[in-house]
Amino acid sequence: MITRDFIAFTLAALKAHRLRTALTALGIAVGIASVILLTSIGEGLHRFVISEFTQFGTNIISITPGRIQTHGAALGAVNTVRPLGIDDALALRHAPRVQVADPLVQGNVEVVHAGKSRRVTLFGTGPDFTKALSMRMAGGEYLPPDDPHAARAFAVLGAKAATELFGADNPLGARIRIGGERYRVVGVMEARGQILGFDMDDIVMIPVARALDMFNRESLMEIRVTYEPTAPLAEVEAGLRRILLARHGAEDFTITPQQKMLDVFGTILDAITFAVAAIGGISLVVGGIGILTILTIGVAERTSEIGLLRAIGATQRRILLLFLGEAAVLAALGGAAGLALGWSIALLLEFAFPALPVHTPWFYAVLAELSAIGIGLTAGVAPARRAARLDPLEALRGE
Amino acid sequence: MIRLTGIARVFRVGDEEVHALRGINLAIEQGEYLSIMGPSGSGKSTLLNVLGLLDRPNAGRYELNGRDVTHLSDDELARVRRETIGFIFQSFHLVPRLTAGQNIELPMVLAGLAPAERRRRLDRLLADYGLTARADHRPAQLSGGQCQRVAIARAMAMGPTLILADEPTGNLDRHTGQEVMAVLERVHQDGGTVAVVTHDPEIGARARRRLRLIDGEIAEDKR
Repeated sequence: MITRDFIAFTLAALKAHRLRTALTALGIAVGIASVILLTSIGEGLHRFVISEFTQFGTNIISITPGRIQTHGAALGAVNTVRPLGIDDALALRHAPRVQVADPLVQGNVEVVHAGKSRRVTLFGTGPDFTKALSMRMAGGEYLPPDDPHAARAFAVLGAKAATELFGADNPLGARIRIGGERYRVVGVMEARGQILGFDMDDIVMIPVARALDMFNRESLMEIRVTYEPTAPLAEVEAGLRRILLARHGAEDFTITPQQKMLDVFGTILDAITFAVAAIGGISLVVGGIGILTILTIGVAERTSEIGLLRAIGATQRRILLLFLGEAAVLAALGGAAGLALGWSIALLLEFAFPALPVHTPWFYAVLAELSAIGIGLTAGVAPARRAARLDPLEALRGE
Repeated sequence: MIRLTGIARVFRVGDEEVHALRGINLAIEQGEYLSIMGPSGSGKSTLLNVLGLLDRPNAGRYELNGRDVTHLSDDELARVRRETIGFIFQSFHLVPRLTAGQNIELPMVLAGLAPAERRRRLDRLLADYGLTARADHRPAQLSGGQCQRVAIARAMAMGPTLILADEPTGNLDRHTGQEVMAVLERVHQDGGTVAVVTHDPEIGARARRRLRLIDGEIAEDKR
């Protein structure tokens, strides 16, 4: 039998029962649509979270004081013998393939200007903070490269902190009080928006040595390292570890590459996507049972036709393939309709709720269509085998 | 062309054994036209099914065109049926969703013939059996006689050497029945071997060779 004839015969059989075919295909379509929709939301969430984390770039390594076996955030220098100091950051700048090593202290302070006061998040940083976080200035300059241990009392304001304190006035050059100390504003950051709920605009930056004094701390909270994007992570990590080990004598610090955090997030989010896809898969199974039912009925109804086909020379294999073909085409039609349905609902959702991240990768679409056909074939095996095993003579008699 | 030696066929119905055929010995030459008659349950349909390789005998040997076909596999039987045997049934057995033309084409489609070759043969068959005007009609739109003519054309599609008809006029009125028989006899005149099972003496008498079966045995073999 020629492939074209095979397809034509299968389609003619399906066309003979249009309503039945449409309803059975609908079962698969609903299953595929729900799988597509749920994975789209799962994948959208995945991309949203990853993009939130990678907007600073992915070639970032965070070094925190304290030894923590698992990767995660180290909360301050609780158990360190030697604190992580500004000199450590300076030394790390010379590690192989490192671009920037920026010391960081964070805290909450009151900023006062012309009778207005506001509590904001303060970052004590080195001069390379903007490079490490790929942030841009709206006006003025970032903190100058002064002596790291005795930097001048300069401050840089986040966009929101600047407008709240100065309104329409130009804050550049103005004097403000931060935590009771006097500072001169040398720059204003470009608005950045919120990152995972943290307002990147309601901040103020001062030199790290002054921030350590202000909070009466010995140790930095973090050293943020960026490396050449093409450099192998293992090499960079080894270089950093070697320098810090030489300076501290023991591994009382934690090196956390952004990439590893992303991997953890990716694993979790993939699991979520897989779980929702599995929920959608249940309705796909129900659709498969629909195909099984309809095909079983079809074999019973067409017993005498099967007998005739056998009498005029169709082999058992041919009968098997014809019914499997019907199951596959039925499922493929349903799958295609489901793809269209799921895709349009996803687009509609994206349009109606722009905040809801929805993304449909074409890879999933292909996978869904293939699994629909797979389910159709699986559902078709039992009825098709029954049809193929019919005795030709019995089948001819069975009207 | 056909040589049956000691063919027996036994059915089990509950605890009882029914001997449909008891040691049939029969030789049919190329180009013969024979009718098989007999009362109900005499085994005439079983004999036709054995001849058509739709039923396997319990004992005996069947030679078709010099080849022993008694123990062929299912696939080989299907191939022999496709290439050498044409069936005509009492109830026509046309596929209702296919047109007359598509029904006639079906054996050629299953055999994997190229579309151009099929088209050529189909046009000839339609013309031969006076069905050209009905090619696009479905069986439900055709009369009984037309349906049986479609069935005969389908049986002839692969150019079989043996044509087997089981009560071909059973569902037709007398006049239409005679017409259909005339068509079948034309197949015979063209050199085909035709075997017709019937219980209608008038139809049976048209054949040159007339078999009569009683209780699974050949009681009469007139030429």
